[in-house]
Amino acid sequence: MKSPCQWNETVTLPSKNDAVFRNGDYNFAYLDEQTKRMIRRALLKAVAIPGYQVPFAAREMPLPYGWGTGGIQLTAALIGPRDVLKVIDQGADDTTNAVNIRSFFERMTDVATTTLVQEATLIQTRHRIPETPLRADQILIYQVPLPDPVSRLEPRGTERANMHAFGDYGLINVKLYEDIAQHGSVAMAFDYPVIVNGRYLASPSPIPKFDNPKLHMNPALQLFGAGRERRIYAIPPFTSVRSLDFDDHPFTIQPWDESCALCGAPDSFLEEMTVDDRGNRQHICSDSDYCAQRRATQPAHVRHQEAMP
Amino acid sequence: MTALLSGRGLTRMFDGKNGCAQIDIDLHPGEVTCIVGESGSGKTTLLNLLSLQLRPDAGSLYYRTDDGARIDLGLASEIDRRRLMRTEWGFVRQNPRDGLLRDVSAGANISERLMANGARHYGALRDTAIDWMRKVELDHGRVDDLPRDFSGGMQQRLQIARNLVTGPRLLFMDEPTAGLDVSVQARLLDLLRTLTSQLGIAILIVTHDIGVARLLAHRLLVMRRGRIIETGLTDQVLDDPQQPYTQMLVSSVLPV
Ligand SMILES: [Zn+2]
Repeated sequence: MKSPCQWNETVTLPSKNDAVFRNGDYNFAYLDEQTKRMIRRALLKAVAIPGYQVPFAAREMPLPYGWGTGGIQLTAALIGPRDVLKVIDQGADDTTNAVNIRSFFERMTDVATTTLVQEATLIQTRHRIPETPLRADQILIYQVPLPDPVSRLEPRGTERANMHAFGDYGLINVKLYEDIAQHGSVAMAFDYPVIVNGRYLASPSPIPKFDNPKLHMNPALQLFGAGRERRIYAIPPFTSVRSLDFDDHPFTIQPWDESCALCGAPDSFLEEMTVDDRGNRQHICSDSDYCAQRRATQPAHVRHQEAMP
Repeated sequence: MTALLSGRGLTRMFDGKNGCAQIDIDLHPGEVTCIVGESGSGKTTLLNLLSLQLRPDAGSLYYRTDDGARIDLGLASEIDRRRLMRTEWGFVRQNPRDGLLRDVSAGANISERLMANGARHYGALRDTAIDWMRKVELDHGRVDDLPRDFSGGMQQRLQIARNLVTGPRLLFMDEPTAGLDVSVQARLLDLLRTLTSQLGIAILIVTHDIGVARLLAHRLLVMRRGRIIETGLTDQVLDDPQQPYTQMLVSSVLPV
């Protein structure tokens, strides 16, 4: 098992002697060095101003927008030959999207990949934060479709820029008020907006609000890339992240009545899945690595029934 | 009396002719000031200059803060200007469509400014919204209804409530009764008169309708071709207009 290297080593540029240059058609990690430098500059700015959306000149990537081009560009700008990469999509390592992105980086960098959270130095994700707590030597890269939580409420970009510049966030709170007035509670179950470092309003990307507490004071560096919208933002390690709420309607995450049918986890984000061709459904961890590791470490006698009828 | 907002030499021209020039104006606490004039007289430009929605080509604007300090708004930071606009000032648009959030309830509309200023208690916000609906004589049972479910006159009341909720010291109104039926207009003017005497805030109303000025204004400014041509206490100006243009304006309306 490879031990993860320090995160500050992961941005080391590959040298000409590195084996990674043997792919003659493309530069290491696909992007040219100038583009990577441009993205890294935007990343540094993003880390310096937590939650602030930094514009960047997004490049065309060999896959369409909506397939994680923002996240891929960040990963490409950060990945070094000694990194270990994990790619997850909706919590799973084996979906088409995750497999494609992982094999793209395998071909373009020759870096090691893993499904185990604790082995990874870079984790690119769509729609989930791993259940396994992250460490300070890890970077979590989110794919983001809509970086601005107020874009649905205020179509004018200049006015949105003003809102962020002056911390004028009445409008997003209006949305919360209205949800409670009309539905009795805030209706957003995914992409639940947050205030980063007590200052900037940000989208956590379409993760379930169940994951929002993991954003807060996380030891890992969290980076967000929106390809189509050409924005990068960051939550530096150990930064306060507050989910919007009211004093008398505090932010809460949904409790589960069920435990995972495979590993018995009572506290992980569950998905209802059809488990056989007779339409039987069970609740199973959405984080497939977490579930597999729990099952692997359980003694046989407490191991839960495999998903069989 | 010390002015709340003072403009000196305010000038803003468009294409070298339309706009307003060399305007001196003082708005006093507790006083209703009306600017009357025809369209093209420069009254809307002046309103936009005074309410910080336009920058002047020349001239200065001074505001007296709560603690008596006099600040030059031309030099104030954008943060200070915006804070003023969303706490100490209000702006009621001619068309409620431009001054209301269309897709959220009356209660959310009234609560927005409070939330922008940091209010974080839903129950308290809702109580305040209901209270303000009562004050502007709207059925508070409709606090969850959308603006489009209200009539034009009621939408204008809602817009007024939404602006007054932060307890502003100064309220700008752009033709607030235009487009309303005469009877609805009269009721709205009555409400405005009650509110202004109760709240003691400074109000600047821009109107082409001298009847509105007669009913509400303590002080009257008549504008023509970008200049203030006559100014004084409303009764003075209306009873004894000095300028031929003002005489014409006054005689063209029926006595109230
Ligand atoms: Zn499980």
